[in-house]
Amino acid sequence: MENNNATELDNVVVRFTGDSGDGMQLTGTLFSNLSAILGNEISTFPDYPSEIRAPLGTLGGVSGFQVHLGSSKIYTPGDNADVLVAMNPAALKVNAQSVKKGGIIIFDTDSFEKTDLNKAEFKTDNPFEELSISETTQLIPVPLSSLTQSSLEEFGFDNKTVLRSKNMFALGLICWLFNRPIDQAIHFLGNKFGKKPDILHANVKVLTDGFNYGHNLHLTVSTFLVEKSHETPKGSYTSISGNKATAWGLIAASKKAGLELFLGSYPITPATDIMHELALRKDLGVKVMQAEDEIAGITSAIGASFAGSLAATSTSGPGLALKSEGIGLAVMAELPLVVVDVMRGGPSTGLPTKTEQTDLLQALYGRNGESPVVVMAASTPADCFHFAFMASKIALEHMSPVILLTDAFIGNGTSLWKLPKLAELPDIHPNYSLPGMEGSHVSSRNEETKVRYWSIPGTEGFGHRNGGLEKDYYTGAISSDAINHEKMVNTREQKIENISQFLPELKVEGNVDADLLVIGWGGTHGHLMSTVNSVNKKGSKIALAHFNYINPLPKNTIEVIQGYKKVVVCELNSGQFATYLRSKVPNVEFLQYNKVQGQPFTVAELEECFSKLL
Amino acid sequence: METKELTIPYTAKDFKSDQYVRWCPGCGDYAVLNTLQKVMAELGVAPHNTAVISGIGCSSRLPYYISGYGFHTIHGRGAAVATGVKVANPKLSVWQITGDGDCLAIGGNHFIHSVRRNVDINVLLFNNQIYGLTKGQYSPTTKKGYVTKSSPFGTVERPFRPAELTFGARGTFFARLLDVDLKNSQISMLAAAQHKGTSIVECLVNCVIFNDGAHGYLAEKETRADRTIFLEHGKPLIFGKDRNKGIIAKCFNLQVVTIGENGITEKDLLVHDATCEDTTLQMKLALMEGPEMPIALGVIRDVPTETYDEALENQITEIQAKSKIKTFDDLIASCEQWEM
Repeated sequence: MENNNATELDNVVVRFTGDSGDGMQLTGTLFSNLSAILGNEISTFPDYPSEIRAPLGTLGGVSGFQVHLGSSKIYTPGDNADVLVAMNPAALKVNAQSVKKGGIIIFDTDSFEKTDLNKAEFKTDNPFEELSISETTQLIPVPLSSLTQSSLEEFGFDNKTVLRSKNMFALGLICWLFNRPIDQAIHFLGNKFGKKPDILHANVKVLTDGFNYGHNLHLTVSTFLVEKSHETPKGSYTSISGNKATAWGLIAASKKAGLELFLGSYPITPATDIMHELALRKDLGVKVMQAEDEIAGITSAIGASFAGSLAATSTSGPGLALKSEGIGLAVMAELPLVVVDVMRGGPSTGLPTKTEQTDLLQALYGRNGESPVVVMAASTPADCFHFAFMASKIALEHMSPVILLTDAFIGNGTSLWKLPKLAELPDIHPNYSLPGMEGSHVSSRNEETKVRYWSIPGTEGFGHRNGGLEKDYYTGAISSDAINHEKMVNTREQKIENISQFLPELKVEGNVDADLLVIGWGGTHGHLMSTVNSVNKKGSKIALAHFNYINPLPKNTIEVIQGYKKVVVCELNSGQFATYLRSKVPNVEFLQYNKVQGQPFTVAELEECFSKLL
Repeated sequence: METKELTIPYTAKDFKSDQYVRWCPGCGDYAVLNTLQKVMAELGVAPHNTAVISGIGCSSRLPYYISGYGFHTIHGRGAAVATGVKVANPKLSVWQITGDGDCLAIGGNHFIHSVRRNVDINVLLFNNQIYGLTKGQYSPTTKKGYVTKSSPFGTVERPFRPAELTFGARGTFFARLLDVDLKNSQISMLAAAQHKGTSIVECLVNCVIFNDGAHGYLAEKETRADRTIFLEHGKPLIFGKDRNKGIIAKCFNLQVVTIGENGITEKDLLVHDATCEDTTLQMKLALMEGPEMPIALGVIRDVPTETYDEALENQITEIQAKSKIKTFDDLIASCEQWEM
């Protein structure tokens, strides 16, 4: 290892960018996994266009993957990059502004010809000048394409196949830059391309040549060292995306509850990976039905729930809209159901691959009638596992649909995940009808919690007729009686409200005696926490109350919020949670900080906002 | 399916719930309900292993009247809910109750896809060619030109023919029954229940209030035998009050002939093959119309094919035998991991 000229850093951000076919997602994933294995904290964020293959070299086709690694706690994939890898001028143009002062730009000189510059709509021959890239930025020109070609000269591949490996050259170079041994990367490649020995061999060769290129040329930059993190609790870890963690959380819950897992789902960006992950798990008995549409996705799941499975459906905003009537049925039939909404930019088709928190009010209120459901939100890629598990537990124990909100940012991003064991997870006790209750009707319930008893078809003595029509509280028969309807509306509401008794209390992080309380929910926790920590370090007093449980709210919500003089609600929408809190928490002036750009917050913009408020 | 011992057979009464049946007096749905309860008894599946799923409409109230497990869901989605029920719990005998609006208008997409998947459910499609519960609008099966509240000058739409849709969606079972024809209805419905796969039974029912006599051409007792033909697999196509009419194929068309005239004998008649993969002849039979041809009742198509629920269970069994991942903890152990 070559550490002589190495600069030690607490954390570093690397952004890999290129055409969507350049393999930037794979390169970024490999690099973050390598770093995690060496003991770094990691957080990643893929940023890709909705076009599968936009015209080569154009601005619309730029795909990016950002990796943040650190020797102390990392909460976000980072705002700006210390190192940018740009495979072509379009990638440079789209990402130039997000390079830090004094940062490094590695670019493929072979892709910076006149025609390439034209495709990226540059007007002059000097893209760096045209983009006003700071003189402090270190440019590392590398002929990636031709070096890859000579690396693979003897393989006899066609040129297209050869150039597909140039991302490995870039990865090798980055590994050198960060003092990462490449053995582990070779091991990863072996897992990925094991069945195609030619491709594996070629990728390993290019990767090694890329590493040696940096090493031998002693490029005029110093390398970086990011030490092991000592803040991470000891244990076995992996790196996991939010969508995969969500899928696995559902599986864990089904095993814990002793039920089969059924997913009814229709492909939709950015949620489809949940279906992919579950479809792989036939070995664990998971039943996945790719439905004919979003409506069949949820209604087949409702059928599975009626028949006694842990049932779920996964979607994104437009799909949630289509599922509204189905959710209403699950409310009325009081059946357990998990609805996962991986939020993206809206309305309508909106920004399918970008992140937003704009479905909150749809989740809370987007149905006909008085139709309360449990609404919760995950905060990080890894904790999608916990919240998918908890969503299932609540659905089964309280006989209600639960909407779990995640978003494109945490769904596709990855973070470190401490591997759980099934035995360590909380027990799940579905609210079954019990022996001795034979002959009970469909609306029979626990009078204290208002939770209906669940009778599974196939069980003798518990036959019943469920449905979307209002039921008589006392007999379960269909009823349009005025007083009964109101009683049933209140019963369903009380059932949901009562769940707050089982939820963890709202915690305050940062400086509890703060002058400013920052409120957030869901996937913004990382950016808010980083900012709050940074502001506190600079001497101001600021705290964060971050919500994962939204309906019902944690039972100490009012008390916590009313304890602060100044409160600002930060969210990636125009103020939906603030609106909701105003209806739930009296006598508080809720300030707002909102961003609706299809992108996560940056720590810098939040810090600017908070410093103005302090 | 759990089969009750023959010594204590079920009766139709075992499948009656305690709910008062609320259809209009004279509604054709009563006859189908009674037939269904008899068929369920004959099948021998216990009420608690029977699930009846419906959407919205007059006929979709039916689950309330059957003992065992029932689910009255939302408009058009019965097929998807029933699919979920069967896939989640393949031991259940699953019935879907739907009408021409519920099934073919708002639920058209779910209908064709459940038929395509061939999930093992029995679908009773109550076709009265009208929307009854919303009080008299035309449906996707209403005859062109028919005056309803939403077509005061007659509809300008061409109707669906459910058999064509079923065959087009690669259906494996199609039968047709007439509400007043109790004996034959029972035969068709029982065959539907015994067929593995999505069994579509088009039930021609009369709406006394909004479309009285829609099927009157067939329903009249005196002329019914001459205007309909009850198809039976493996038997020649004979019909008529005097059992002397038959159907032959001439070129690519079907033709009614009289046995004993022009040298025609029973041997010249077509023999019904419900199990034939090729739908050509079954389609021709299903689409016969009066007055030239009799209208086909009974089981028109019944082709054994692997069901969706079976295929899924088989795939799970196969993968489970091969995979090293047997438990959740195995799954965790399988991922790329490192100590920190």
